[in-house]
Amino acid sequence: MSETRKYNRRDFLNKGARFTLALGALGLAGMAVRNALAGQTVWQIDPFQCTQCGRCATDCVLSESAVKCVHAYDLCGYCDLCGGYFKPGVTDLNTGAENMLCPTQAIERTFIEEPYFEYIIHEELCIGCAKCVAGCSSFGNGSLILQIRHDRCVNCNECSIARVCPSDAIHRVPANDPYLIKGDFTAAEQKTWVNKS
Amino acid sequence: MKRKANILFNLERWVSYTSLIFLFLVSLPGSAQVQRFPKPEFETGYTQPSPTTPEPRSDFMAYVDVLVLLLVMSLAAWFLLKKRSRMGILWLSVFSLVYFGFFREGCVCSVGSIQNIALTLFNPSYAISLPIILFFLLPLLFSLFFGRVFCASACPLGVIQDLVILKPLSLPLWLRKTLGLFPYIYLGLAVLLAATSSEFIICRYDPFVGIFRMGAEFSMIVLGIAFLLMGLFVARPYCRFLCPYGVLLGWTSRFSRKHMSITPSACIQCRLCESSCPFDAIDNPSEALNAEQKVVNKRRFLLFLLLIPVWMASGALALYQSHPFLSRAHPDVYLAELLIAHPEMKENKDNLDVQTFLASGKTMEQLVIEAKQIREKYKTGSWILGAFLGLVIGITLMNLFVTRKQEDFLPNKTNCYSCGRCMTYCPVKK
Repeated sequence: MSETRKYNRRDFLNKGARFTLALGALGLAGMAVRNALAGQTVWQIDPFQCTQCGRCATDCVLSESAVKCVHAYDLCGYCDLCGGYFKPGVTDLNTGAENMLCPTQAIERTFIEEPYFEYIIHEELCIGCAKCVAGCSSFGNGSLILQIRHDRCVNCNECSIARVCPSDAIHRVPANDPYLIKGDFTAAEQKTWVNKS
Repeated sequence: MKRKANILFNLERWVSYTSLIFLFLVSLPGSAQVQRFPKPEFETGYTQPSPTTPEPRSDFMAYVDVLVLLLVMSLAAWFLLKKRSRMGILWLSVFSLVYFGFFREGCVCSVGSIQNIALTLFNPSYAISLPIILFFLLPLLFSLFFGRVFCASACPLGVIQDLVILKPLSLPLWLRKTLGLFPYIYLGLAVLLAATSSEFIICRYDPFVGIFRMGAEFSMIVLGIAFLLMGLFVARPYCRFLCPYGVLLGWTSRFSRKHMSITPSACIQCRLCESSCPFDAIDNPSEALNAEQKVVNKRRFLLFLLLIPVWMASGALALYQSHPFLSRAHPDVYLAELLIAHPEMKENKDNLDVQTFLASGKTMEQLVIEAKQIREKYKTGSWILGAFLGLVIGITLMNLFVTRKQEDFLPNKTNCYSCGRCMTYCPVKK
């Protein structure tokens, strides 16, 4: 009977299907390997493409966004009248709450020497709303930028902020060089990132 | 005197303000990187701090994840095939829930990796990382050899549902077959949307990732809890009726070389295992058919075989017709359509996407050209998807009339998750 034979038709077909499926899976993986990077990638915001829309604060999967404001001190003018610190139209440059642009008081201002002031971001307070970034880019040097902080980012397969970013400013960058901080790189310099999705 | 000084001071402020506004007006948006205020030279010996850059999880850890996956699946295969131990599988699944679920926070998973593979195949500029490819490939290869051990032991989405099974109900065949079509639809749509660089729907609607991260938007948490509550009575609802990766695992497991068996030697037809499977994945011995029924079955089988091209053609036509709708999943197409249908939206200051587009300097013509190119891709993709879904429906119907001859209680290799519950019910030991 068929059981006593070494191979029957069903075994043969099963084996054929198994080889076909294995070849298919390996083939797909092999084609994907052509585009494989040696290392991992992580999400990052290109500050030159960022339009400070404010979605970073609301659209991250984390309930407190992984995006925070980062101060690129190299570019800072240490202004007294800081467009990222004071609301526009402020007449009295003091630290009264009505004058502050930051809704969470995450920016600390320290006097250094006449007429310069240092601005430090307290990340634990920052919500990534980009108000200060917009202010600094409009009136100042643009030294305040938004960056995805990798001590917080969970590196989703598809970044939910990237999906809603109106200016496609969020890309994957190599994990060993995970920040795009103004001053370290310029808009003209093309990093080796890949497209948004 | 003091007052006068104040006025003077304010005047100075006013001058500095107007000069600021002037500066703002002359500087064009594109020149944001120009340093308006030079960096000061400090005399007090102030040292400038540098921004902190906390490192992401290292690449090395991604390979550790792959290794853990490999180990878990190998152990699961060993527990199932050599030790025949349900306890082993159970503890492995608890480990995977903690490691891949709560510790790794459910990302990247094999289920979602389908999209990365699809995207990189159709968009060569998307660079994929090697661990993701391995996450996609390893469970499929294991499934080809040992069945769906990945589902039983390693998949965090699967094991969280497996651990909450309380009182599983047996679903009627027609319901299982109908709901069983959804994974194919989900798989097809996920591949279509990923291949056109639109979005990753599997990740976006992942019901459990919010639970793993202990925090997500409200709807995500609600969805996760709803699935878990449903899972008390309908075992593994996501795996059975939605999971797109399960489709691929089903195909590979169907032809697996060494699938787990209910009994270690010969089935004694005791029927103890019959209701042990919470997933209705045990095939009962086939009923003997009389000659007349056989002829009827054969005729119906042939009829449904011949109907397959009809199903495929109508599926292809239906989805081809709906490609304009599907293509709206891509943000560029959506924006272009919105602006053509409602030109007054350009005045809407609250619509960020519209405002950003207008400020970007891109012309409407460029946007429309891009949207049209994307829609062309959808045109091709959607009829292929339709034909595929037609094929699936046709084969599902045809399979209802396959006369198979089976004498024992056997796990259905396509649907069996290799959880090993049935093994404990079998009285035959060795």
